Amino acid sequence: MIVIGASVGGVRALSTILSSLNKNWTEPIAVVVHRAKDSEDILTTVLQTRSVLPVIDVVDKEPIQPGKVYVAPADYHLLVDQGCFCLSVENPVNFARPSIDVLFESAAFAVGAQTTAIVLTGSSADGAAGAAAIAARGGRVIVQSPETAESPILPQAVIARVPSARVIPLAALASFLSEPSTPPT
Amino acid sequence: MDENQQLTHLLETVLELSGLDFTNYAYSSVHRRVSHRIHSEKLASIEELREKIRTHPEVLERLLRALTVHVTSMFRDPGFFRVLREEVVPVWQTYPFARIWVAGCSSGEEVYSLAILLHEANLYRRARIYATDISEDMLARAKAAVYPLSSMQDFTRAYHDAGGLGDFSDYYTADRESVIIRPFLRENIVFAAHNLVGDTSFNEFHGILCRNVMIYFNRTLQARVHRLLYESLTDFGYLGLGRSETIRYTEQETHYEEISGRERIYKKLI
Repeated sequence: MIVIGASVGGVRALSTILSSLNKNWTEPIAVVVHRAKDSEDILTTVLQTRSVLPVIDVVDKEPIQPGKVYVAPADYHLLVDQGCFCLSVENPVNFARPSIDVLFESAAFAVGAQTTAIVLTGSSADGAAGAAAIAARGGRVIVQSPETAESPILPQAVIARVPSARVIPLAALASFLSEPSTPPT
Repeated sequence: MDENQQLTHLLETVLELSGLDFTNYAYSSVHRRVSHRIHSEKLASIEELREKIRTHPEVLERLLRALTVHVTSMFRDPGFFRVLREEVVPVWQTYPFARIWVAGCSSGEEVYSLAILLHEANLYRRARIYATDISEDMLARAKAAVYPLSSMQDFTRAYHDAGGLGDFSDYYTADRESVIIRPFLRENIVFAAHNLVGDTSFNEFHGILCRNVMIYFNRTLQARVHRLLYESLTDFGYLGLGRSETIRYTEQETHYEEISGRERIYKKLI
């Protein structure tokens, strides 16, 4: 399971990554991008134009299937549960709903060491605590290098919290993921 | 014992002590809420929390509150209320009397949103809203109808986006920090404790709003509640869910006609 979090500028970074994945990709990918609560479904539509994998606006209890990209809907938290996604309208976390920390912490609990977290550009620290939770359970944390991020605040916060995080420039991040050796979950 | 088993164990103890059954709640969000409680009670593990609630009723009380509260706002998803106003209310207007159930009403924002909508459709005086929740605390707050003044700006915008016809400030009285909903909007509402988990149907309704309540349940419990809601609707009664909830995958899927797929409004077929 791959979980990705981003805020400002995230759509561009995310598009770069998704467009590098081919249709043989198997690992499910869950995405939180900070977005306005009335941002409708544009995000999913935009990402779909960049990806050969199906990009899905998650509905509650959506089954987690291989080779699909799951996007947190506006104004809901997205959580990984046993074999499916759950949504929540609990209070914003770090002023964000969806919150990256909520997705990451739920993945740490549900999937543990099988989780790979990818942290992209971001203008708040939302995501740092969740990345630390994933690392604590033996999962991998990969951070977009702050120099290549439009907003370095989140990458820097994760690097400070998670010493084991791998720091990779955006361009290399895409090819790093699409290496054929990536094991399916 | 892994954390999943510890959670199960904790929820079984909660059931034993309180009679409230959370064992079929979605563990992802239960884990989140329980983790907060562990942190706030300055404990180290789920097991410690489980031991503590046996001997400290106030710790149990706080845990129950964390497990039952859900957040809501007025005219959340204005498009939902617009479809309700344009497609559903005209049907209710043809009835001599309309009964509507807001299941899992929490602090009541949605109840009053509905009351305002019915009032503007000239239907409120021959309607009754049944507002239920598992939590007595939440019911007391819903009944009090007092909300922070600071949320009124958002609520007012949502009211207009939902197609509100009047001046939103006509519906409340404000003091410096809070507002109270005007009494005429509180008249035709019956508040009652009802637990979707164990309680049965208590009436037949022309409409049921159960929005963003079942997202905290697992699929087993969702299936049960969907059955309960279906049984509680009159023929051609309407069901409204949250924007990211669906009746897809439920047994009742083919027993409803979709009125708005986007706003998740369904009509019961016979």
